[in-house]
Amino acid sequence: MIAARSHRRPDFNAAFGGTVVAMLLFAALFGPGLVHYDPLALDLMARLQGPSATHLLGADEFGRDLLSRVVHGARVSVTISVLTVCLAMAIGIVLGTVAGYAGGWIDRLAMLLNDSLLAFPGLLLALGIMAVFGASVGAIIIALGLAYVPAVVRVMRASVMSLREREFVEASRVIGNREITTMLRHVLPNCIAPLTVLATTMFGWVILSETALSFLGLGVPPPAPSWGNMLAAARPHIVQAPYLIIVPGLCVSLTLLGINMLGDALRDWLDPKMQAS
Amino acid sequence: MSNQEQPLPVLDVRNLSVEIGRTGRKVVDDLSFAIPSGEMLAVVGESGSGKTMAARSILRLLPVPLHVAPASRIFFDGDDLASASDKHMRKVRGGKIGMVFQEPMVSLNPSMTIGRQMAEAQRIHLGLGRAEIRDRSLAMLERIRIQNPEKCLAAYPHEFSGGMRQRIMLASVMLTRPRLLIADEPTTALDTLVQRDVLDLMAELTSENGTAVLLISHDLGMVSHYVKNVVVMHSGRAVETGPARNVLVSPQHSYTRRLVDALPKRTEGGARDTSADAEPLLELRDVVVDYPGRGGFFMRAEPKRVVKGVSLTINRGETLALVGGSGSGKTTLGRAIIGLVRPASGSIRYLGRELLNESAAAMRDLRKDVQIIFQDPYSSLDPRQRIGSIVGEPLLLDKEMTPPARRARVEEVFLDVGLDPDFMRRLPHQLSGGQRQRVAIARAIVRNPAFVVADEPVSALDMTVQKQILHLIRKLQAKHGFACLFVSHDLGAVEQVADRVAVMDNGNIVEIGNRDDVFDNPRNAYTKRLLDAAMLLDRKFAGAA
Repeated sequence: MIAARSHRRPDFNAAFGGTVVAMLLFAALFGPGLVHYDPLALDLMARLQGPSATHLLGADEFGRDLLSRVVHGARVSVTISVLTVCLAMAIGIVLGTVAGYAGGWIDRLAMLLNDSLLAFPGLLLALGIMAVFGASVGAIIIALGLAYVPAVVRVMRASVMSLREREFVEASRVIGNREITTMLRHVLPNCIAPLTVLATTMFGWVILSETALSFLGLGVPPPAPSWGNMLAAARPHIVQAPYLIIVPGLCVSLTLLGINMLGDALRDWLDPKMQAS
Repeated sequence: MSNQEQPLPVLDVRNLSVEIGRTGRKVVDDLSFAIPSGEMLAVVGESGSGKTMAARSILRLLPVPLHVAPASRIFFDGDDLASASDKHMRKVRGGKIGMVFQEPMVSLNPSMTIGRQMAEAQRIHLGLGRAEIRDRSLAMLERIRIQNPEKCLAAYPHEFSGGMRQRIMLASVMLTRPRLLIADEPTTALDTLVQRDVLDLMAELTSENGTAVLLISHDLGMVSHYVKNVVVMHSGRAVETGPARNVLVSPQHSYTRRLVDALPKRTEGGARDTSADAEPLLELRDVVVDYPGRGGFFMRAEPKRVVKGVSLTINRGETLALVGGSGSGKTTLGRAIIGLVRPASGSIRYLGRELLNESAAAMRDLRKDVQIIFQDPYSSLDPRQRIGSIVGEPLLLDKEMTPPARRARVEEVFLDVGLDPDFMRRLPHQLSGGQRQRVAIARAIVRNPAFVVADEPVSALDMTVQKQILHLIRKLQAKHGFACLFVSHDLGAVEQVADRVAVMDNGNIVEIGNRDDVFDNPRNAYTKRLLDAAMLLDRKFAGAA
């Protein structure tokens, strides 16, 4: 029974996670072209109206179409999270690999920097950076990206350090490969599994953090919609128009669930041992 | 004990079958055996023969999809364990039946002191008080000749060597005076001398207590010194059962014959005399290797001297075996020659070139001449790389070589080491241990090296596979003429491949000479002890086999 389950789960994860992520990407890429309303167009007559034939998901406190805002918000949220994860990964992988592989004082220096970054709560660090750069999409990406670097460095360094001692890495050195070849060909590819898990988890954290920043008024500046600032703006109207919170909230939750399941499936799929023998 | 009324055997296994899920596939098929009180029985077989699963099913410790088939009966002191309740099983485990596992490194909990681990089973199964537990533990540690037992109780497992840990494990299991001891490859991870030690101790403790022992092993030669009866298992079935001596001397089943054949014997006329060569291939002088120390929490780390000034030469085409127990520095010396660790002082000359002065680039260039085969083929191959690419990788460094030429060379080497070229697209985990080691050998010889270090190349493999790999190394050497430093603790393997033998103990070479001289007339006391531990087989059955 357990054997059967362990065979079925990755497929279900892949199917569900894949569908959610595909829908998300579709909404982010093409959604804005498909919705009727301008997400910024005010219509005071429709103010706080519930779902209806004209406004499928209802309208917010300025009478802006909720469906249109959610779809445009998806584009903003996806852009921010993809770029943030890329930024954190790029810096973190390089730093973590160098620290783990070189060891000695390079490692100690890199870890000192990393630990001092890690000493600040991620959101606080992002807040500080936002305070300096001002609120804009670019600033959010840089702020959150930097805030998530330490996690990547930690994971990367630990993987590299354990791989460094493995015999196949030594074997690569013995056949005469340069260190950089050894690293690129034998060490990095074997770090993919923990990195995929981390990247997908982080994707979720970033969406949440962006939501939190927007909620605090430091996120995507209004009137441009993001899921975070929509949640923040809906808060005073929670009793009269609960759907204003429910819709973007559901979007965030569903996205996180889908991405994490896709991550699990990816990790299994990337494990060479999962291939049929 | 030749009474008419046979006493009830402690363990009586009848028609034991272990199945995988509901597929009906069996990993153990209709196995029956019995062990009387105070006797030892060995179940011998190679990996995948089902011997471990048979032992685990007695304690109901099978991994999940496996289960004992309904018709099986496991009588322990008259109770059928196959149909016992889980609660009853918990009482039996560790109390009446003790178990010793293969890996002493992992079967002791690293974060608990020895004292607490020894106390655990006594508290649960004997219900003793603190003071009594302490007294009994101390007495037992003294009994197994642990120096300073008081200190040992407060120590953590990592402070002991593998052999020590296995003795402690054995002691703590025996403290509850079990009726049956199941030992699953208890000495496989240990070197020859320590193996003897641990098994002697096991025989001693159990015979004192009248404990029956079920010994699981892959080493027919070794167990035959200790047990009365053996069961030889092959792919789930018992192919031969009987007194150890009979099985060893006149094996009936073809598989048993293969197993007995694989027991180390000296290759006749094998030792070649290569000393006449003018220039040695490799010359080591006073090589010293230090490891950074692992000082205590508040102490400064003192470097630990592992190789203490070793000088030796290796001639073209010869095999020099470097023999010693774990911690003797033999592996470190091999790694120093290959350039994986840097000696603190001394000189390593390869064809007259001083390797320790070479630049990194020159060393990389030398790699095509000097190669290594690692011990564990499970970790020496990149799990993500297809094996064709693993073997071909060293060729990428030859910038002149075209891809078709590379492919042709890889195919040639595959055939050389006895691998089907169709395997090229496979991943390492899709191969058996022996096949993996062939891949590792192919990678080492693909650029026609002049010298290969083989670091315990067979100790992770099954006996019959060991024989094949040793044969392969010997054959490849004859064909390609590379010299080999064969690092091993296993004198049996050494006897089959070596031309000359160097014995290493505690960082020094204590004896070096031609194979037959060293094996027949050992001069050094340590060499004698090593030989005594390993050669018992031939002496006990001298003339018979």
